[in-house]
This record gives sequence, C-alpha cells and structure tokens, in this order.
Amino acid sequence: MILEQLPLLQQLTLVLAAIVLFVSFVLLEQARLVAAIHVFAWQGALTATVTAIVAANSDLKHLFFSAALTLIMKALLIPWMLHRLVYRLELDRHRESLRHPALAVMAALALVIFSYWAVAPLVKQELLFTRNIVAVSLAVVLIGLWMMVIRAQAVAQVLGFMSMENGLFLAAVTATGGMPLVVELGVAFDVLVAMILFGVFFFQIRESIDTLDVDRMNRLTEKADES
Amino acid sequence: MKMDAWLLALLQALLYLALAPLLAGWVGKCKARLQNRRGAPLWQPYRDLYKLFAKEARMAHTASQLFRAAPYIVFAATWLATAGIPLLSTDLPTAAMADIIVIAGLLALARFFLALAGMDTGTAFGGMGASREMFVSALAEPAMLVAVFTLTMTAHSTNLAAVVDFHLASTNLLRPSYLFALGGLLLVAIAETGRIPVDNPSTHLELTMIHEAMILEYSGRHLALMEWAAQLKLMLYGVLLVNVFFPWGLARDTGIGALSLALATVAAKLLMLGAALAVVETVLAKMRLFRAPAFLNLGLLLALLGLFSHVILEVGA
Repeated sequence: MILEQLPLLQQLTLVLAAIVLFVSFVLLEQARLVAAIHVFAWQGALTATVTAIVAANSDLKHLFFSAALTLIMKALLIPWMLHRLVYRLELDRHRESLRHPALAVMAALALVIFSYWAVAPLVKQELLFTRNIVAVSLAVVLIGLWMMVIRAQAVAQVLGFMSMENGLFLAAVTATGGMPLVVELGVAFDVLVAMILFGVFFFQIRESIDTLDVDRMNRLTEKADES
Repeated sequence: MKMDAWLLALLQALLYLALAPLLAGWVGKCKARLQNRRGAPLWQPYRDLYKLFAKEARMAHTASQLFRAAPYIVFAATWLATAGIPLLSTDLPTAAMADIIVIAGLLALARFFLALAGMDTGTAFGGMGASREMFVSALAEPAMLVAVFTLTMTAHSTNLAAVVDFHLASTNLLRPSYLFALGGLLLVAIAETGRIPVDNPSTHLELTMIHEAMILEYSGRHLALMEWAAQLKLMLYGVLLVNVFFPWGLARDTGIGALSLALATVAAKLLMLGAALAVVETVLAKMRLFRAPAFLNLGLLLALLGLFSHVILEVGA
C-alpha cells in the first residue's frame, strides 16, 4: 500500500493514529497527575475519532456506535471520575518525576520498533487500509504496560492500564474492523467497573500506608525483619 | 546561460545577507508590539551593524590570533551554509552543495570556532558560555539530523534542493512523519538560534546567557560580524523550516516571473514565522539551563517518531 493511493480522509486516519502514539509518550512522561488525566482524555478522543473515520470509510457502520461509546467512556466519563478521585485524595498538586526520563522514553521507542517488527507478518496480509496502524496500536499497548512498570503512583498506573485498553481497542478496530457489539459493550462495562474498583482501592491503599506510592508497599515487611 | 545561473546564485547569497538583519528586526518589532511597547524600527539591526563596523575593534591583552580570526571564520561558515539553501529557486548551481550533512558540518565548524573564541580570552563568562553552547548543541544536533533524515528518506536524497523539488513535483499528502519532523525541527531551531526558552537573545549581562556570554569580549567590526552571523543563522533555520515543509510558491526554474512570485511567498512565509516566534518568546519564560535536556529530548523524541511513523505508516510492508 502506498500513501499516494489513499484518499485524504484515510491519510488523516494515519496522522491521527500517529498522534495517538505521540500522546502515549506524553502520558508516559507527564509528571502532574491532573495534566496526565487530561492527556489521557485526549487520547480517548483521538481513538474515538480514528474509529469514526474508519467507520465512515468502510461499510462497518457499527463502528460509529463503538466510536460514540469510546468517546463517552474514555474521553469523558473515566477522566471525570479520575479527576474527582484525584481531588478527593488531595493529589491535584502531586508531582512525580521519573528518575531517568530520557531512558524511559528511549525504552518506549525500542518498544515501538519491537511492535513494528512483531506485526510485520500481519501487515503482509491484505487487510483494510488501516493495517499499518496495527503496529502503532500494539506500541500503545506496550507503552501503557511500560508506564505501569515504571510509575510508582497508583493513579498513574491506572492511567497506564486505561491507555493499554485504548491501544487494544485501536488494534481491534484497525486489524479486524472492530469487535462484535456484545463484546464491546462487555469490555466497556468491565473498564467502568474496574475504574470504580480502583477508586475503592485507592482509598484502601492510602488508609493502610498513608500514600499512593505503591513502591512503599515493600516496606510493610520491615517490622517483621526487625523482630 | 551558465554565467546567468551563477549570477543568480550570487544574488541569492547576497539576498540572504541583506535580509537576515531585517528578519531579526521584524521579530524584535513583533515582540515589542506584543509587550505593548513601540519597539525599535525594523531597520534598527542595520543601524547597529553600521555603527559597529565604524567603531574601533579593541582586543583583550590575553587574546591570541585565534580570537582575531574567529569572527571571520564564523561569519564565512554560516554564510556558506546559508547560501546553499534554496531561497527562491531550486534550479541554481549552489543547489549542489545544499546537502543537509554539509550544512550541519558548516554550522558545527562555526560553532566550534565560536566556542574557542569564547574561551580564548580566559574570562569566566566566555568559558561558561562556551561550555553551555556545546552542551546545548550536543543535544540539538542529533535531533536536527534525525528530523531531516525523515525528509530525506521520503525524497531519497540528502540534498535539500532535491527534497524541495520532490515535494513540489508530488501531490499534497498528509504525512504524519512530516508533522513530527516539523515539531522536532522547530524545537531544535529555537535551541540553536538561542531564543527563549533556551537562551534569551535580548539580554546582555546576565548569568544565564549563552550566546552573549561567548561574544562578550568582542567589539567593533568583530562584534558586528558575530551579530550578523547570528542573524544569518536565524534566517537559515527560518528558510529551512518554511521552504522545506511549506515549499509552495518556490520557483523551479530561473524565470523572472517565477522568481518574483517566489520572493513574495517566501517573504510572506518568513514574516508569519517571525511573528509566531515572537508570540512563542512572549508567552514562554526562559527555562533553567538544566531543563534544556528535557526540551531537546522532546525534540529528539518527535524526530524519532517522525522517522518511525514514516517507516511504519507510510512505507508499510
């Protein structure tokens, strides 16, 4: 597939997908929690836009419904819930900078290369015009995972988890033209329930160790060592 | 015909020389208006250069011959690098040396001598400025090269004239890689030309300055040449950005009509870029020096993403 042969709207899809990937990097490095939640909301909105354009460009009309669902869930509802949680936990002024931001970004770039290499056989199949985006969505998934690994803050880890879900959704839309509606509704509901559970957990974690820095959990055994 | 082309190339090089102070004056004027000042007139940089050329050049006692030679080398290298970049037409004999690696090399040569001259007199300010300049450029150079490689991979040539020609010949496409390369190159240009938020061009005696610290010991015609070289460098990055990413209107031959149209469009594009730079300089504050790596890492990240999105999204299998 050569870029010159695509209509303008499909070129726009590629551009938006590339921006989704860039937003993943921004999310990875964003030190302020409130700003990171906004960035996550933008990623959800971009994913929804990509889905809507794919729907407009193919005969997969049910994708419009998925796009609307994504927009409501990922760009509005979940960021709003996280926002409220962060303010209630009084973390809105919290800053958490990575210890080696440049190294973290370089590792994430390596993940992009890896995902390109991993999906190369898939791209050789004749698929929709979106098949090149599959590598991008796998990279978004891996960067979300990487974010959960390197961030110590529980809210930031949840953001990583949610952005992984964004990547999975993008992969489903671009590789196979979206999941069946039942599965999609189920996943959306699962994510919502997960979000509510995370909220409960945040309060539990903070009550027991007085912080949301999950690295501190290692210290729970200290007293046992001393005795 | 051959002679004509060379004359045109010479004219283009002189045009760069003549317009560079005007661009600096325009940015200064826009910035002043945004800050509710009337500001110096547009031709103030010319007056400054004229004044400096007429003044006596004083040298420090500790300065060596290198200190005397550095302004000429810096000015010549910067001018040579600038002259190759197509300003009006891609069909000029100088297009052959518009290779991006040559240009990066010439700029590195100019920077090397600038830093040496800064250290030559042995003052604390000069040494500090030189070390900061090398610190920033070591981070900016890879980002610049990777950003430009994104362009050259699309056009299959490292020659800027060939890249511009390729874009003028092909239909307009939305390329994700160009979006990122443009972002990366913008950040690099801000860092390399010493603008806010990396360096403050309007400061003259401040602990945080970079470029001014290196040329603090210069006076007279030497200072004029250094200032002119800095303005040329701003012009170089401006033309690189507008002519490579937005090449519309650029002439592909040497007809009078096409050339005048090219001059008008390039002037309009540079005026817009200058105004945008003034806005950026007004809304942002200067960063601490040790925040500069984060700024330039973002530039490198954008450039690398440009490269990857070219490979992943545009070439495909």
